Formats: sequence, structure tokens, C-alpha cells
Amino acid sequence: MSRLSLWQQFIYYYVHNGSYVLEQFNRTFLISIYGVLFAAIIGIPVGIFISRNGHLGDFVVEIANFIQTIPSLALLSIVMIGLGLGVMTVIVTVTLYSLLPIIKNTYTGMSNVNKNVIDSGKGMGMTKLQLLYMVRLPLSMSVIIAGLKNALVIAIGITSIGSFVGAGGLGDIIIRGTNATNGSAIILAGALPTALMAILADVILNFLQKILQPKGLKKAN
Amino acid sequence: MVEKVPAVEFRDVSKIYPKMKNAAVKHISFKIEKGDFCCLIGTSGSGKTTLMRMINRMNSVTKGEVLVDGKNVKSFNPVNLRRHIGYVIQNNGLMPHMTIRENIILVPKLLKWPKDKLAGEAQKLIKMAELPESYLDRYPTELSGGQQQRIGVVRALAANQNLILMDEPFGALDPITRESLQNLIQNLQVRLGKTIVFVTHDMDEALKLATKVVVLHDGQLIQVGTPDQILHHPANDYVKSLIGEERLSEAKYETVKVKNVMLTNPTKIDLGASLTDALTMMKEHRVDTLLVVDNGDHLKGYISIDDLQRNYPKASSVSDILITKLGTVGPEEYLRDNFSRIMSRNKSYIPVTDSDKKLVGIVTRASLVNVVYEKIWGDKSRLQNTSEKEAK
Repeated sequence: MSRLSLWQQFIYYYVHNGSYVLEQFNRTFLISIYGVLFAAIIGIPVGIFISRNGHLGDFVVEIANFIQTIPSLALLSIVMIGLGLGVMTVIVTVTLYSLLPIIKNTYTGMSNVNKNVIDSGKGMGMTKLQLLYMVRLPLSMSVIIAGLKNALVIAIGITSIGSFVGAGGLGDIIIRGTNATNGSAIILAGALPTALMAILADVILNFLQKILQPKGLKKAN
Repeated sequence: MVEKVPAVEFRDVSKIYPKMKNAAVKHISFKIEKGDFCCLIGTSGSGKTTLMRMINRMNSVTKGEVLVDGKNVKSFNPVNLRRHIGYVIQNNGLMPHMTIRENIILVPKLLKWPKDKLAGEAQKLIKMAELPESYLDRYPTELSGGQQQRIGVVRALAANQNLILMDEPFGALDPITRESLQNLIQNLQVRLGKTIVFVTHDMDEALKLATKVVVLHDGQLIQVGTPDQILHHPANDYVKSLIGEERLSEAKYETVKVKNVMLTNPTKIDLGASLTDALTMMKEHRVDTLLVVDNGDHLKGYISIDDLQRNYPKASSVSDILITKLGTVGPEEYLRDNFSRIMSRNKSYIPVTDSDKKLVGIVTRASLVNVVYEKIWGDKSRLQNTSEKEAK
């Protein structure tokens, strides 16, 4: 083994543990997605709600900001005290971290919709709900997606650390590599897919953001 | 007979915003009849927009009542009320993420019209906006400001709304575009018989478009009247300043009445007089026609030298060659209303009769010269200046 170069070892690891790496990749991905999804389910309605109440908005964004400043390992440990070891702890932590970008972007997107457009929509007889899904949401969709993108990239990072509390995932491979003597190849085997996932998430959501940008607005820019 | 219900009525309406000391709108009462083009005019902060937005409940009423079609707006569901009142705001308020088609049929869609009806409606309305049909699939940002506002205007008509509210709709447009849009809206209003409430700070616009002008200042109603009434009888200095010096002095000439310029000693002849007398009188006064009156000075018609010459030996009395077809004006009529009528007639004068058909005077083309002269030169001093210059 030790006669092989780093990259040869790396490939050797993949050839022999390919399905395992894939499994862990999926696991990391799903934990991140679940975390962001829960955050979106909480954060987007909160963002919409606070966009109508200026003072409340600042307050809520301040709280989310505060959560963001706690180092991820510390937050993970604090949540672990309550929920114990396992996947749930990581998902809750990811959710907490994802709240800020999602709430903040929803809030910003909603507040930046042209007041004239909202006024004319209301004046034409749209109900509050119609105003939301026909005007305010479509016009702030790209900003909200940008928030989701930030959240997902952060989430993937936190999920990797989540292996410390026994959630599994690509982080497991990295930790194994750091514990082994001459484990560089194993570290790479875990770290590279993690980085790749974050980059892919960014690219795919960027694409999604472009698609969901209303056509009429694209041409204006 | 059923009493005519005004389209909109304000009854002692006040609006007080919380945190504000002064009321934005104070004790305002007036009516807007169906088919009126009502302009609310005032400087910014006069409460004109606030007042208008009370009609479709975009602003709540603090005190008093606003009635639409005789019913208090508070008794309507606000969403439903707004769907039946057209609404146009400055900077058009088109939905940037919807195509022109989607924008136009937005209200009918909210009202859940059937789909096939919607498609035809969009085409009908874009024609009304005088824009090509191909624009239907474009987005608002691909249109110029004027074109966007055309869409904004016809969008307010999409669901056959009879009442349309417009909040300074043409304020952000250049003068040429604005004028073409003013013409558009005026045509539509006259043709479709809509009631329009139009907020503006531009007196030119108000005088051009309105059938009724409502002047507001500091939330108070200053004057309600037709453009003519506002122009000729401004209630106070505020209204005068809104109208502007130039237009006021011009308006002064527009109020010249027929009696101010008529000659009071027309050459007239009695109905029973002989043609010989008539001929003598014509020669004396150097005229070619004579107005014919009876003993009570009532105008009967006229005779001309032409007819006299042709019929002289046969006919002997004025009544034989009398021509009764003769246009007249009343002394209290405005000269400007009759100006072109007088000018375009073949005859060089028009007789003035009072309500009893009594001949009281005559307006000749020559007497109109004075009016035009004064209108153009204003006062005599300016003419003197000009002639002095010419002398040099």
C-alpha cells in the first residue's frame, strides 16, 4: 500500500469502497437537504410575515444573526445535550443555521417589491393571498432562491462536522482519515466529494434562480 | 321619476391619519354625477389623492360617508368593490413579471371570466389603447413609458368598470406623450360614457379634460365647478394662482359677451315701409341690407339690395321681398361661442335679439376686429411700443 502514490491510494480507495462513499454522499446530501427544507418551511413564512411589520422584521433578523455567530461545533454540542447523538441533532443544527439566510432573503425580497406594483394590485381588487402568490412571491422568488442557495452551502459544511455526533456521512470518512497513520488519501476521499457537493449545490441553485427570475425582469437588467 | 343617483358622493368626509395633528381631509361634501370627468386638483399635500383613494377603500374614512352608486363604501366587500372600480396610478403599476396580455386581463381573471372571453378581451383592449396586437406578448419593460401607461389606462376598463380612478396617471410623461394620452382618455370617456375621477396638479390638464373641477387646498374643499366657472369665477387667490396669470387674462377675453361689442343702432326699417323708402335708407346709410322690424321693434327678417333691384317695379312694400331666414344671437351669449358662426356667415353681420325677439343691436365683422385686436395686443401701450419701434 505504502508504495502507491497519494492519488493511486485515493483511486484504490474508491475502487474498493465506491458504494460506501456513494452511500455516505447520499447521507450527507439528505441531511443537508432536510435541514434546509425544515428551515425553509419555517423561514419563508416568517420572512413573509415580518416583511409586513418593519420593527418585528429587524428583531427577528437580529435573532437569526445571533444564532449564526455561534460557532457550528459549539451549537452542535449544545443541541446534542438536548437531543443526544444521532442524525436528528445534525438536522436541527443545520435548520438553525439555515434560518438566517432564508429569513433575511425572504424579508429583503418581499420588502423590495415595488410599492407601486403592490398598490395597483391591491387597487385592482386582489385579495391578500392573491397579492402574495401572484405578485409578491414571483417578484421576490430569485432573492429567496439565493437565500436557499446560501443555506444549502452552509448546511453541507455543517453536516460534515455532524459526523462528530454520530450522524455519519462523508464526514465519517474524513475523520477516519485523520485518525489513520498516513491517512491523506482517505481524508481526500471524504473531503473532495464534500467540496464537490457544495459546488454543485451552488451551480444548480444558481441555474434555478435564473429560471425562476421572472422573464419581464430579466430584460430590464 | 327615479331620482338620479350620483356615481360618487362625499358627505362631510374627514380623514385623520394617526400620529398626524392635522386632518388630511376636512369636512368635504360634493357629488360626482354619472358620466362626469371629475378632476381633483391641488398642490401636493392638499388631500386630493387621499380623497380619491377613499372611493375604492384604499384609504379608510375617518368621519362622514363616501357613497358609490348611492351605497356607503363601507357596506361593500373592499376586494369586490375594487374589482368593479378601475384604478390607474402614476408609473402605471403594471406587473413587471406578466406579459401585456396577462396584465390587461388581470381583473377579468380575478373575476373568473371564462377563458375564451378573456382572449377576445385582450385583443379588443389593445386596439383601444391604439397599440399593435403583437405587443400583447411583450413584457412591460419592453414598452416605452407612454405605451405602458396606455396599457395601464385600458387595463382599468377591462372589466367594464363604470367608475375609474386615476391618480396623476400622466404625471411622469413628457408633454407630447401626455397630450396623446389625454386625447386617448378623453375619447374613451366620451365614447364609453365612463365616470372618471382624476387626480392631478396640472391645471391645464384639468381644464382640458374635466367636466367638473374640484379644487382642494390643505385638505379643504375650495371650489367645485365646471372648468368655465373655475376659470371665470375663481373662488380665491389660491385658485387664481393654480390657474395662472396668463390663462386668467386670456379667460377675461373669453368672457366678452355679445352685448359688449354689439352696435346698438342698426339700420332697420319698418315692415310696412315702401321699397322707395328702403332704397333711400340704404343710400343714406351706405349699406346693402336692411333689418326689418314691426312696430314693436321685433325682428322679422331682412331685405337686400339684390332682391330690391330684381323686384323693384313689381313689389312695392318691404314685406313683399322680406327674407325671414336669419340667424340671431342673444345679448347675454358669450362672444367666443359665436365667434366662428359670425365669421363664417356670408353676411357681414349678425343681428342681436333679446328673449322677446326684439332687435337690440347688431354685431358686424368689423366690431370683432376690436376684440381680436385687444386679445392679441393686450393693452394699447404694447401697440404703441411696437409702432415706435417700427417708426425707428
